Amino acid sequence: MDYLLTEQQTMIRDLARKIAQEKIKPVAAHYDETEEFAWPIMKILADSDLFGVYLPEQYGGLGGGIMDMCLVTEELSRACGGIALGYAGTGLGTLPILLHGSDDQKKKYLPDIAAGKRLAAFCITEAGAGSDAGSIKTSARKEGGKYILNGTKQWITNAGEAEIYTVIALTDKSKGIRGASAFVVEKGTKGMEFGKKEKKLGIRASATREVIFTDCEIPAENLLAREGMGFIVAMKTLDTSRPGVAAQAVGIAQGALDCALEYARGRVQFGQPISSFQAIQHMLADMGTQVEAARALAYATARMVDSGAKSVSKESAMAKLFASDVAMKVAVDAVQILGGYGYMRDYPAEKYMRDAKITQIYEGTNQIQRNVIAANMLKEALKK
Amino acid sequence: MNIIVCIKQVPNTTDVRIDPVTNTLIRDGVESVINPFDAYAIEEAVRIKERCGGKVTALTMGPPQAETALREAISLGCDEAVLVSDRKFAGSDTWATSYTLAAAIRKIGDFDVVLCGKQASDGDTAQVGPGISAHLDIPQVTYIKKILQISAQGARVERMTEEGYDEVETPLPCLFTVVKEINTPRMPSLKGMMRAKSAKPVKWTAADLEADPAALGLEGSPTRVLKIFTPVPRKGGEMLSGSAADVSKELAELLKDMVV
Repeated sequence: MDYLLTEQQTMIRDLARKIAQEKIKPVAAHYDETEEFAWPIMKILADSDLFGVYLPEQYGGLGGGIMDMCLVTEELSRACGGIALGYAGTGLGTLPILLHGSDDQKKKYLPDIAAGKRLAAFCITEAGAGSDAGSIKTSARKEGGKYILNGTKQWITNAGEAEIYTVIALTDKSKGIRGASAFVVEKGTKGMEFGKKEKKLGIRASATREVIFTDCEIPAENLLAREGMGFIVAMKTLDTSRPGVAAQAVGIAQGALDCALEYARGRVQFGQPISSFQAIQHMLADMGTQVEAARALAYATARMVDSGAKSVSKESAMAKLFASDVAMKVAVDAVQILGGYGYMRDYPAEKYMRDAKITQIYEGTNQIQRNVIAANMLKEALKK
Repeated sequence: MNIIVCIKQVPNTTDVRIDPVTNTLIRDGVESVINPFDAYAIEEAVRIKERCGGKVTALTMGPPQAETALREAISLGCDEAVLVSDRKFAGSDTWATSYTLAAAIRKIGDFDVVLCGKQASDGDTAQVGPGISAHLDIPQVTYIKKILQISAQGARVERMTEEGYDEVETPLPCLFTVVKEINTPRMPSLKGMMRAKSAKPVKWTAADLEADPAALGLEGSPTRVLKIFTPVPRKGGEMLSGSAADVSKELAELLKDMVV
């Protein structure tokens, strides 16, 4: 389908695709197996200017938007959903600064992020605060010109590898979620440590760790927006980033479909390629249609975000929900088309299936997305 | 440090087809790319610039569409580009080509290093690089696989040989041809691609060069290609099977018969 990309977006997509196919695809299985963080690939993405596609030119970026970020995320995920997360996770960690940072804060952090010199990470989840993000316990106590952070963030993407962390913590426990605030914490700050690296089902090339704050002092100027705005910063960030998860899911789904299609054309049974059997053809047709529908929804949502629309909660949730469910289904079907070979690690189909699963879980489970969608639908109905 | 990197646009195929009548390459319908060996030369040129400062000028002789290759060179980090293009250059052999490129390099003027790929993937002659150095009367070191040190005073490089490598010292300016072991070419950058889009390569015709018209193109080419052919593929080897004792005995007999 022709999505009428701009000339610059076409350039971005083509370059991301070239890097994904030539540099990431050949090493995807290696990083999946070893669970190493793919720094050599991050370096290539940095040198190619891809980290800056969605950042304003005045801060060293290329002046594009979430649509541009989605194009990159999709192409990288088509080769490896885990390696792509080093990129996409940086986007998530950067959005609070981009959306709510002051000009000084943007000047301080965005140029290095745009150049790919420093990765970023977003820290909200805690052991007792997953879907119920409002029940976070991490605190930030103001003392003079400093905030002192205490608490433990869990399952933080890029933790340990990233250098810039945007952290949601309570500045006023008595106000509950209205007492949350957002901060920037730089790696190396005294009192900030990382927990052990998690062992995961999929996206194994992505680093996931705890981020532990013990009397961690940061300058007061690291506060994003105002005290009490933390939850709004977080929700706005997630509304903006969810098309990116949708793009990651579309990329994984497309990668799985590519793999299944190629296999079906080459695999001979009963004296003919299995792609000549209607049973396989109908599976491929459904997979292709679902991937395209997911892509169309993801792009439409990304463009809506870039248009400056006031609220994109419902649409972002829809894109993330639909694309991630498609990714899971298409990846499972890809394994089925490859049959026994699909179950073996010699082929990438099973990896796409393992990688797809997380897209239904993180940045809000798909059950939470449905809550968001329904709540928005009901709210809209009331207004009529 | 000013570096000139000579590049060539070649058909993107390893299975080059030859016109049986004219014995020249059939280029129709084949996508053109930068000669793969030249990509290493571009990368090395950009690395020298990053280390020592200065600028990199990409130079090519070819038809107007060779501008595409120059734009790609800019997206990979070259600063400027020169296209030498004229019908008068048509049919140049390696002598006339290197003569023309040398004239263009003289016109560019201030340079410390000329870099070339070791050979082009279509013609495979490996003669144009050395030819340029001869016409410019500057030293040449071919097949280099590593630049150990480079400064205005000179360079120390490793030159690949069949058994190992030579370490060579040379004053500058000097021409180097590079082998693929020298580096891993980088991916283009978006900012480079945007620069390439708006870049305007300098275009020179025969009239712009200080060159003897009789030394250009087919007329200026002392060599003629009489025949190009695909070598007959080697026959597959013979497999011996059986126990180790039987096979070794049979092999010994065969070797004896072959008088190895």
